[in-house]
Amino acid sequence: MNKHLNFTKKESRLYMSFMYVTFASLLIGGLMGLLQTFARSGKFQLPFGINYYTILTVHGVILGLVLTTFFIIGFQFALLGKTVGLSDKQRKWAWISFWTMLIGTVIAAVTILVGQANVLYTFYAPLRAHVAFYIGLALVIVGSWIAVFTNFRQLYVWKKAHPGEKSPLLAFMVTINMAMWFIASLGVAASVLIQFIPWSLGYAETINVLLSRTLFWYFGHPLVYFWLLPAYMAWYAIIPKIIGGKLFSDSLARLSFILLLMFSIPVGFHHQLTEPGIDPTWKFIQVVLTFMVVIPTLMTAFSIFATFETTGRRKGYKSLFGWFRHLPWKDVRFLAPFIGMVAFIPGGAGGIVNASHQVNTLIHNTIWVTGHFHLTVATTVILTYFGVAYWLVPHLTGRRLTPKLNKLGIIQTIIWTLGMTIMSTSMHIQGLLGGPRRSNFSNYAGGAQVDTWINYQIAQAVGGTILFVAIILMTYIFIQLAFFAPRGVQEFPIAEEEIDAEPTPKILENWYLWIGITIALILFAYTIPVIDILKHSPPGSIPFDWPIGR
Amino acid sequence: MHLHKYEKIWLVFGLGSLALFLLIIGFAAFWKGTHPQSHIETIDPQNVEAHESFKPENLGLREVADGKYIVNIVASAFNYDIGSDDAGKPVKTIRVPKGSTVLFQVTTKDVVHGFQVAGTNVNMMVEPGHISRLETVMKNAGEFTVVCNEYCGIGHHQMFATVEVYDE
Repeated sequence: MNKHLNFTKKESRLYMSFMYVTFASLLIGGLMGLLQTFARSGKFQLPFGINYYTILTVHGVILGLVLTTFFIIGFQFALLGKTVGLSDKQRKWAWISFWTMLIGTVIAAVTILVGQANVLYTFYAPLRAHVAFYIGLALVIVGSWIAVFTNFRQLYVWKKAHPGEKSPLLAFMVTINMAMWFIASLGVAASVLIQFIPWSLGYAETINVLLSRTLFWYFGHPLVYFWLLPAYMAWYAIIPKIIGGKLFSDSLARLSFILLLMFSIPVGFHHQLTEPGIDPTWKFIQVVLTFMVVIPTLMTAFSIFATFETTGRRKGYKSLFGWFRHLPWKDVRFLAPFIGMVAFIPGGAGGIVNASHQVNTLIHNTIWVTGHFHLTVATTVILTYFGVAYWLVPHLTGRRLTPKLNKLGIIQTIIWTLGMTIMSTSMHIQGLLGGPRRSNFSNYAGGAQVDTWINYQIAQAVGGTILFVAIILMTYIFIQLAFFAPRGVQEFPIAEEEIDAEPTPKILENWYLWIGITIALILFAYTIPVIDILKHSPPGSIPFDWPIGR
Repeated sequence: MHLHKYEKIWLVFGLGSLALFLLIIGFAAFWKGTHPQSHIETIDPQNVEAHESFKPENLGLREVADGKYIVNIVASAFNYDIGSDDAGKPVKTIRVPKGSTVLFQVTTKDVVHGFQVAGTNVNMMVEPGHISRLETVMKNAGEFTVVCNEYCGIGHHQMFATVEVYDE
């Protein structure tokens, strides 16, 4: 059994720095979201002549890229610090990673705020933002790579010191997530460094639009798994401890992470299904590969509920659903992630619709898609992150999650769920009726169809307002846990294996094998279509500044 | 590695449904021809007029056979060019009788746009250098809003047109 290490003050300060950026991002990004729903209701005008698409870009970049990346990297550093340790030298590299990412974020944020980058977080060419925006993004990615290699080094050093032992489960999971992130972000980094930066500076006259989009989505889908996997880490290896149980199966947890690694990347075309320049057969092949993710997802669902039932029965709840009724509903460390799990059922079902080749045509680029990722990332993932923060933050600051703060957390979770149910449901319905995403308020040509859309947009403003109340409450709780809660010891919950658990097969830690298969699948899914794209490419596109108000 | 009996049942059921599901969408795509649009036909985005379909005089609605129509459209920030009427004014509404077969052909001369006839299955990305093409049967009468559903700049939400399907 692994001993868990105690954090030094210096380590705690490092991990907390990532949390400060996370929760500052939540407040700023959330405010932008609120303003968007107000503007889209048609009842309010944005003040001071602020452009709708500026706040939309801030919202996407700050919440989709900054909040997530900072939380994940901070959380993963803490997990590795707990399970395999962090040397002084590794801590220095972690700080370099933090500052590189933060400087990149600030550069990109300022460029957006002065109106030089109204390109949204996907920055599709040939809209051209100021070069500082691309440089800022590149720095965020490079900073994250420093974290990747520091994490790899942490596990490597531990393995050297523990020959023949299997790596701690959470350290294994972090390594999978970082391997996926590194392989995937090579695509967007190549696009930014080789395509966007020279083109935005005028060194390259034109850009290959389809190639840039393909490289973006090669990265864009694994990006969402990069958000999800830390939530899975908590579900597999932390929640069982919180409910007083044991790990369901170390091997199955590892296997499911390996499958997620393999099937996260060769699937980007399912974001490009309605594009004119990609062979439909290759689209379909990537659709099939996308759906392989169903396997680890079903395994995860099974293992979570098996843990719930086993734990409950061991505590003596014998009736058919007694184990369920007696889950720790009043513990926010459990409740928030649990609601996240429930939201993943409609979220996952919606995802199946999105990825279904021709069915995608019905909802592509409608606000259904926005509704979908507000269920998945903005409910499933974020409520699990909150569930982690309730114990991680006081653990790092040497404070306690008091019963009062726990209660506030439960209220926060309920308000969030209510607001998101209203907002996401109305987005889904409006999308099915054809309402577009990423659009400021518009009457278009008028008529009954447009009137219906606007009614749903008003519902979204109601949901958005409730969500913002939840965000303010979460910010308050974070500040309390960081600075004011009473001193004490808050547990860092890590589930243990059953005493009689079967040994984990060695092959699950054969990195050459799994990363080799991952790369082989990527080459299979992308080589021929990318050669096609290059061979049949039309004349490139010159940059366009005026459409984004530059 | 041990798999619980119930987990085996659960996975077999899940994978079985998945296989059936993929067979259905594969059958619909390859045998019924419902692939999402992909024609891989390219065009010079700075000179779309060089293409027969996108010459200014060929833009807009044209009946090519009884009940069969082609609509040629050039998208640009923030407008759909659907040709002009006899008075020389830009066309904003495409009128077709109920039950007609309409082929939409769209390209862009600047940035990426979307083209969705809301309430129908016509939904395409429109990218510089490529021609987007989708044929559909207009089964229901009514007014359908055409929206640009891919962000194309700060006037994105002002980019629209109308398809009017009338009863004959």
